[in-house]
Amino acid sequence: MDPMVRFQDVHKSFGAVEVLKGITLDVPRGDVVVLVGRSGSGKSTALRCINGLETVNGGELHVCGEKLHDGKTDLRKLRQEVGIVFQSYNLFPHLTVEQNVTLAPRKVMKVGAKEAKELAAHVLAQVGLSEKAQSYPEQLSGGQQQRVAIARSLAMKPKLMLFDEVTSALDPELTGEVLRVIERLAQDGMTMVLVTHEMGFARGVADQIVFMHHGKVWERGGAEMLRAPQTPELQQFVATDL
Amino acid sequence: MGYEFDFSFLSEYAPDLWRGVWLTLWMTVVSIVPGFVLGTLCAIGRIYGSPPVRRVATIYVEAIRNTPLVIQVFWLFFGLAVLGARLDAFTAAVIALSINVGAYTAEIMRAGFESIPRGQREAASCLALSGPQRVLYVELPQAVERVYPALVSQFILMMLATSIMSQISAEELTGVAYQIQSFTFRGFEAYLVTAGIYLVLVTMLRLTLHGVALAAFPRRRRLGTPL
Repeated sequence: MDPMVRFQDVHKSFGAVEVLKGITLDVPRGDVVVLVGRSGSGKSTALRCINGLETVNGGELHVCGEKLHDGKTDLRKLRQEVGIVFQSYNLFPHLTVEQNVTLAPRKVMKVGAKEAKELAAHVLAQVGLSEKAQSYPEQLSGGQQQRVAIARSLAMKPKLMLFDEVTSALDPELTGEVLRVIERLAQDGMTMVLVTHEMGFARGVADQIVFMHHGKVWERGGAEMLRAPQTPELQQFVATDL
Repeated sequence: MGYEFDFSFLSEYAPDLWRGVWLTLWMTVVSIVPGFVLGTLCAIGRIYGSPPVRRVATIYVEAIRNTPLVIQVFWLFFGLAVLGARLDAFTAAVIALSINVGAYTAEIMRAGFESIPRGQREAASCLALSGPQRVLYVELPQAVERVYPALVSQFILMMLATSIMSQISAEELTGVAYQIQSFTFRGFEAYLVTAGIYLVLVTMLRLTLHGVALAAFPRRRRLGTPL
């Protein structure tokens, strides 16, 4: 079976700065791939390429069987299949939690009002926030807002979920409640690509860990890779984490 | 100097004042809606439009904001008449006011749109909303909410600006007041009363727009923040 995501020698530059210097990487269906690395290593950029938030300059990127960035990719179609959750939640502040969750299903997938409500109830239960349906985002804690953002993405029934440092703005306690939701998704078989600084979490949830350095895939492997790094760069990275 | 204040003429001219009040109110209400729509479209055009659209919107906004309203309405009423396009005073007044308030609204709304964090746009696009859907459901409500007090001020200024429409023979409140003082020579009383009526009208408009906000932005109401 085709992998969900396939990077083949992908290059990306911002002006004169080359951020991705030839990434080759497969994300098999049902797998959880965690990208780790220092700030500026290109891991967020690689993630954002997957749903077309960044365009690639060279190489090939296939997502859900479609080749991206040949200039005629239907981004709206792609984004119905690929959900993304951001570090800064980006909930719509003028809408209730329920409205946040149902907006895209109703307007994009043309789901009826009643069905949308049921859908919202279902995904909010998944993230443990059923009782907050009528609240506004600013009435919620950061962890709760992030869980709503996850529910909002899930409501589109994506085949692939991207998480871009989703716990970096949260304190340890709130980080835990968000990570538990992601773990449950992983157990349910959702294909996911995560960028995170939570090494313990990465070890626990990842089928594959990818260490990025200077815009390249420097080292990759299973969870055990972090315990026995091959390259001095990863050794140093793991050491500073502890 | 024995000037005796005398407001007794009021009862005689009450029906005229009443007509003037209605015309002022009507002109204001009829101009706010198209002015708001025009200004919002212009703001969207200036931000998201193609270069020609942006240029047209910019020329409109700058041309209107840098010329006097009274000249704009004179041009519509007297100027176009020369070419044979004769508008009645009310129509000319409403068109001029809409176009005028539209230009100011465009700038206010542009500020509103531009103040929305980039992440909002990104989140909306990542949920597969189309460009127009994103603007309509995500950006527009937030933009209006952010600049609402400025919009209210602008609409109130517009209500006060209807007072120049007597210059093209629209007998709104100021026009009526002018006539009363010219018949009775009671300028002090007539204009004092007129000012009082404007005060009441503006207060009513302010309260109405506050009510509109309560209905339009339930979040504020829920959080108990006074607008």
